[in-house]
Amino acid sequence: MARRNKQGAGEINASSMADIAFLLLIFFLVTTTIDYDKGILHKLPPITEEPPDNVQSNKRNTMVVLINSRDQLLVNNENVSVKKLRSRAKQFLNNNGRNPKWSVSPDEAIISLQNDRGTSYGLYLQVQNELKAAYRELRDEYALQKYGNKFEDLKVIAKESGLARDKEKVEDVADHFPMRLSEAEPKSIGE
Amino acid sequence: MAKFTQKGKKGLPAISTASLPDIIFILLFFFMVVTVMRETELKVKNVLPKATELTKLENKELVSYIYIGEPTEQYVAKFGDAPRVQLNDSYANTNEIGTFVFAERAKLPTTEMRGAMVFALRIDEDVKMGIVTDVKYQLRKVNAFKINYSARPDEGAITQGE
Repeated sequence: MARRNKQGAGEINASSMADIAFLLLIFFLVTTTIDYDKGILHKLPPITEEPPDNVQSNKRNTMVVLINSRDQLLVNNENVSVKKLRSRAKQFLNNNGRNPKWSVSPDEAIISLQNDRGTSYGLYLQVQNELKAAYRELRDEYALQKYGNKFEDLKVIAKESGLARDKEKVEDVADHFPMRLSEAEPKSIGE
Repeated sequence: MAKFTQKGKKGLPAISTASLPDIIFILLFFFMVVTVMRETELKVKNVLPKATELTKLENKELVSYIYIGEPTEQYVAKFGDAPRVQLNDSYANTNEIGTFVFAERAKLPTTEMRGAMVFALRIDEDVKMGIVTDVKYQLRKVNAFKINYSARPDEGAITQGE
């Protein structure tokens, strides 16, 4: 024993290192929360005093989506479930004048959304999500047919190459199906 | 030699645990990097709704959060259970949002960055639209038009484009 001490300090026992690391690990597991930093981007309109355009003249090109305080949906005076909203919106937008009840062309079509102050936020966001999805799917279909790529991929390509003709493709698709979601001031019947 | 054979009969030697701390440390570092510390203490219930059409918020500096929801249990006795807006660490009225927006803008150094600011609305799915509309109106009043409805990714739904 005496000889060993002369050689220098003995090795530090490292077996508790794992326990210390475990404690730290558990501390981090408990204290941190994974934040979902994702969401639906939305652009608010500026406040204007001007009265809105005459809706009567383009009634055909407007799809009115109403949500009441009991979370029921009304699309052009018809009761529709949230699940069917996406296909409804797609039919309406991509009608190209075929059905006289629906839009003349996608770039003239407007989806007007109105909710009640008593509508739950969950449903409101679901409706927003479905309408956005309808636009996205239509853009994807159009872009696939014309350029062989999905809209998102076209955007990535244009960003990476920086070429004017790639940007034109993106603009063409976006112009063919411009996202026209208008939101009316909510009513307050049942909050 | 006799000694060796005896040892062999006892069975395999114990597995060395010397590398265990290293493995645990790797796990630790992984969690430290992946998880984000929440800067503010949540005083409202905040179960985000699910959605599929999600965009990732890229530039964290440009994002400010507005929380809306019912006060959490410990605050119900004091503040009631009506949905409230939370800015930074405290409850706020909807008319305080304007000042909050200006304060957040002032934190950014350049005007370009101020123009690109996004206000992430982290709203509980059970909240009624009334308070949300008020918040949106206040944001419009101070020209903060870029907003982002925070949502959880919906894994169950069919996502075509991601």
